[in-house]
Amino acid sequence: MASAPILRWESERDPEFAQWVTHFAGSERIRSCMQCGLCSASCPLAPYMDYTPRRLMHMAREGFKKDVLSSLTIWLCTSCYACMVECPRAIRASEIMYALKRRAIQEGAYPRGFAIPVLAQEFTRMVRRTGRVTEIRLVLRVFLRTSRWRLLRMWRLGLRLLRTGRFRLRAESVERRKEIAALLDAVEAGRKELAA
Amino acid sequence: MKYTYYPGCSLRGTARAYEESLLAVFQALGVELEMLEDWNCCGATAYMSVDQLQAFALAARNLALAERLPGDLITPCSGCYLVLNKCQRYMREYPGIKRVVHGALTAAGLAYGDRVKVRHPLDVLAHDVGAEAIARRVVRPLTGLRVAPYYGCQIVRPYATFDDQHHPQAMDRLLAATGATVVDFSLKTRCCGGTQKGTLPEVGLHLVHTLLHEARARQADVISVVCSLCQFNLEAFQDQIARELEPIHIPVLYFTQILGLAFGLPPKQLGLQRSLVPVEPCLAERGLARATSTV
Repeated sequence: MASAPILRWESERDPEFAQWVTHFAGSERIRSCMQCGLCSASCPLAPYMDYTPRRLMHMAREGFKKDVLSSLTIWLCTSCYACMVECPRAIRASEIMYALKRRAIQEGAYPRGFAIPVLAQEFTRMVRRTGRVTEIRLVLRVFLRTSRWRLLRMWRLGLRLLRTGRFRLRAESVERRKEIAALLDAVEAGRKELAA
Repeated sequence: MKYTYYPGCSLRGTARAYEESLLAVFQALGVELEMLEDWNCCGATAYMSVDQLQAFALAARNLALAERLPGDLITPCSGCYLVLNKCQRYMREYPGIKRVVHGALTAAGLAYGDRVKVRHPLDVLAHDVGAEAIARRVVRPLTGLRVAPYYGCQIVRPYATFDDQHHPQAMDRLLAATGATVVDFSLKTRCCGGTQKGTLPEVGLHLVHTLLHEARARQADVISVVCSLCQFNLEAFQDQIARELEPIHIPVLYFTQILGLAFGLPPKQLGLQRSLVPVEPCLAERGLARATSTV
């Protein structure tokens, strides 16, 4: 996944995307980025990314939407917030990564078969339904959707978790599921008002 | 001292030993915990990647429930700790988000007045209880045991309300109070990889290996952690790391399990039987075998 030199043209820019990138909660300061690279230097995942965080910030604010939304970089970010603490310009890079993930899911731009967005969506589905996450069920679901072969190879770990009482399949749930549903429905109503 | 306790999902699953040891240690110290009634998932990093407003509303439901009780809210999982603190911060900074979240809470018959203090048990033990009180409760000092304090990422950055972001000390002080030798662990706040070990195994494995390798290079007998995901990552893949990279076998305990050992609490109360890498052999090696014998 080594990064290669890239050349991009003005015509490839998406000005709407560049505009959006500076206007959501947490991204206000992205234009003050001076490309110092402390974010990349502090990022434990940077060696595995297709674009380092520094490069991604620059591409995003210039409006290279397609490259940014289909990058592995945004999905490799674990939200450890090291970059955010280091940034001399107080840019909330981790929060910008989150917003880019959400946009990538909305537009279906994330790399197919990649387990990380699948995990995020299955997790969300489970919480919407039950209000809680049953870890083992979630893990099984994600592996069934992405890599059944690896699931089989993990039988030994599964057995050890079972033996130590950590493999719990019983579905966890809140008591008042209706309250969760009402809460989430109301968010949708509020979102429309906020956009209007 | 009385606090509200919010376990979060993983303490009911793979991290049961964290809950068990936490409750035992707080009881031994006479600190009362009241369970947050009908709590829900905080949303963690995953929900935030799909829908921010819904994620904040879910986090805020816990805050609203907690506000009905008098004590500060204790969140042992680093993920929950970060999310709840971040939710408060965003509601203060962004009126639009606050409006939507408050509207959602009202629709669910709840209300939140920004009065809850979200605390990590490490913060509470280090600052409200204090290392001196912990030291006074120690009946079986862990003299000679070399412990690497690993904080992980989310409890020190950037929405945290205690300790230094680069060189946190709260756990170091608590561990020192047990008589253990606290190793100078330079990677104490480097990310363990979170869920990457599951989703991108080859990348996750290297992140975990880096931490284990460093702990061994510093001659640690045990790694002490404060987060359920860190614990799982560092412990569960040692076999695979031994096969593919380097043979390292080092017990990974919650800091509450280590405190409990020094308090002489029975191993079962501390969930030690749930360890995949048992701590007993290295305790025996350090002449501390009595620490795990039942009183």
